[in-house]
Amino acid sequence: MADQPLIFARDLVKRFGDFTAVNGIDLEVAPGEAFGFLGPNGAGKSSTMRMIGCVSVPTSGQLRILGMDPAREGTAIRARLGVCPQLDNLDPDLTVRENLTTYARYFGLSRAESGRRADELLEFVRLSDRAKGKVEPLSGGMKRRLTIARALVNEPDLVLLDEPTTGLDPQARHLLWERLFRLKQRGTTLVLTTHYMDEAEQLCDRLVVMDGGKIIASGSPRSLIETYSTAEVLELRFPDGLDLNGDYAAKLEGVGERIDPLPDRVLVYADDGDAALAEVHRRGLTPSSVLVRRSTLEDVFLQLTGRTLVD
Amino acid sequence: MLTTFVASPARVTRVSSGRVGAVINRNVGALRSGPSYWIVLLSGFFEPLLYLLSIGVGVGALVGALTVDGRSMSYAAFVAPAMLAVSAMTGVLAETTFNFFHKFKYAKTFEAVLATPVRPIEIALGELVWAVTRGSFYTAIFLVVMAVMGLTTPGLALAAFPATVLVGLAFGAVGMAVSTLMRGWQDFDLLNIGQFALFLFSGTFSPVRDYPLVMEILIQVTPLYHAVELVRALCLGAIGLGSLVHVAYLAVMIAGGLWFASRRLTRMLCV
Repeated sequence: MADQPLIFARDLVKRFGDFTAVNGIDLEVAPGEAFGFLGPNGAGKSSTMRMIGCVSVPTSGQLRILGMDPAREGTAIRARLGVCPQLDNLDPDLTVRENLTTYARYFGLSRAESGRRADELLEFVRLSDRAKGKVEPLSGGMKRRLTIARALVNEPDLVLLDEPTTGLDPQARHLLWERLFRLKQRGTTLVLTTHYMDEAEQLCDRLVVMDGGKIIASGSPRSLIETYSTAEVLELRFPDGLDLNGDYAAKLEGVGERIDPLPDRVLVYADDGDAALAEVHRRGLTPSSVLVRRSTLEDVFLQLTGRTLVD
Repeated sequence: MLTTFVASPARVTRVSSGRVGAVINRNVGALRSGPSYWIVLLSGFFEPLLYLLSIGVGVGALVGALTVDGRSMSYAAFVAPAMLAVSAMTGVLAETTFNFFHKFKYAKTFEAVLATPVRPIEIALGELVWAVTRGSFYTAIFLVVMAVMGLTTPGLALAAFPATVLVGLAFGAVGMAVSTLMRGWQDFDLLNIGQFALFLFSGTFSPVRDYPLVMEILIQVTPLYHAVELVRALCLGAIGLGSLVHVAYLAVMIAGGLWFASRRLTRMLCV
C-alpha cells in the first residue's frame, strides 16, 4: 500500500453528451502529498474530483483510487475518503453537532464513537461553542469549516477539497489554510482544486494546471514558476493605458525577457525587476504606477494560456 | 453494520442494514429539531378523521344501512376502512413526496450522503422505512378510534394493521419514484389532483359496483382501490383468496417504486 499511489489515472475522460469536461488526463498522487488542481472555472477540475470521489463514472480511461476500482468498489473506496464539495451541502434540519454525528453514522460508526469524534472535530475547526446551534446562522467561513470537519469524521486516508476557500473573506481563508496545513502535517493526503494561485502556493506540494479539460503543466509551485515565468514581474500602469497598452508594449521591446500587455496594465517579465524598471525610465516612459513583485502561478497560467485565471 | 468492506464485488454491492439505519437516523434527528415538522405530522392524521366524522357519520345518518356483497353494515363501517387506507397513503406520501423532494432537489441532502459509503438504493430504503414508520403512527391511532367507535373489533384492527403497513410501503415507494421526476413545486399540484381523484373514486364512499362498468374497470386498475379493498376486507372480517390479488398489486408497487427511485437517484446525482 505504501508504495502504490492513492490516485492513479491514465487517459481519464469525462463527457456530458457532446461536451468533454475532462479530456484524457494522467495523474498520480502519492500518500502524504498535498496535490492541487489549478485552473479557471470550467477547466474540468470539479468533474475530475467527482470521479476521484467515486460519485461520477468515467466515460473512458483507467482510474484506481486507494488501489481499488471505483466502478466495482465505490462503496469501499468512499468509506476511506473525506469529501468537501464546492457548495456547502450541510443539513439545515440538524444542529451543527448533529451534522457531524449523523454523517459519522453513514460510515458505520457507533453512536458513542460518532459523538466523540464530533466533539473532537468541532474543537479542531473551532466551532465547539456553536455545537447546539443550527447551521443557517453560521458565517460562510464557519460553514466551510464545518463541512471540512464533516469530511474528516471517518478519519479518511484521502481528503478531497473542491475550492475550499472560494467566496470567503481573507481572514476566514487564512484560518482555513492554517487548519488544512495542520492536517497536512499530520500526514493526511490532501487533494484540492482552486483558482487562487496563492492558495495553491500555500498548500500544494505539487499541482497540475488544467485548462479546457486537459493538463497543460505540472510540477511544484516553485518549479512551475521557474519553468514558465521569470523570478520577478514588473507591473506598469499608464495614465492613458487601456487602449494604448499595446503601443507601450512595443516601446518596451527588449526590456526583460517578455512583455505582456493586459487591458489594464503591462507586465514585464524579468529576473531583476528593479533593473528592468531603470531601463523603462531610461527610455523616457512615465508609468503612473509601478509594482515589482515575485512571480506567481497566475503568471504561469497567463504564459501557458494567454488568459488570466480569474476573470 | 452488516457489510464488511472486502474487495469482492459481490460483497460490496449488498444492501447494508446499518447504512439504511443511518439514513433513518438522519430523519429522526430532523424530526426532533423543530415544531414545523410536527405540524405536518399532525395534519396528515386529522384529514381522514374529519372525513370519517363528517361523511361516514354525518352522511351515514341519511344513507342508513348498506348491503355490500350480501353483508349488511352501517355506512360509517363501510367508509371507515377506506379512510384508514387513505390515512396510510397520505401519511407516507407527505414524507416521500414533499420532504423527499426537498432533500433531493433543494437541501442537497442526498448529494452529501452519496459521498459516503451509502448507496442510492440504501437511501431509497431508508427514506421509505422512515416514511412508513411515520405513517403507521397515524394508522395505529386511526384503528384505535375505529375500535372505540365500534366500527371494527380490536382483533380485526390488529389484523388490519399489517395491511396498512403494506399500503404505506406501496404508496411511499411509488410516491418517491414520482418525486424524482418532479421539476419543481408546481408539479406537486398535479400530484395533489391525482391523489384527490383516487381518494374520491376508489370505492371509498360508495361501492365500485354502483358505477358504470367502464368506470368500475378503470377504478380497478388504480392503486388506492386495491388498498381500500384489502383493508376493508380485514376490518370487516371478510378476507378471501381474492385479497391476494390486492397484496400482489401492492407488492409490485413497492418493488417497482424502489427500483425506479434508486435508479433515478443514481442518474440524477451520480453523473
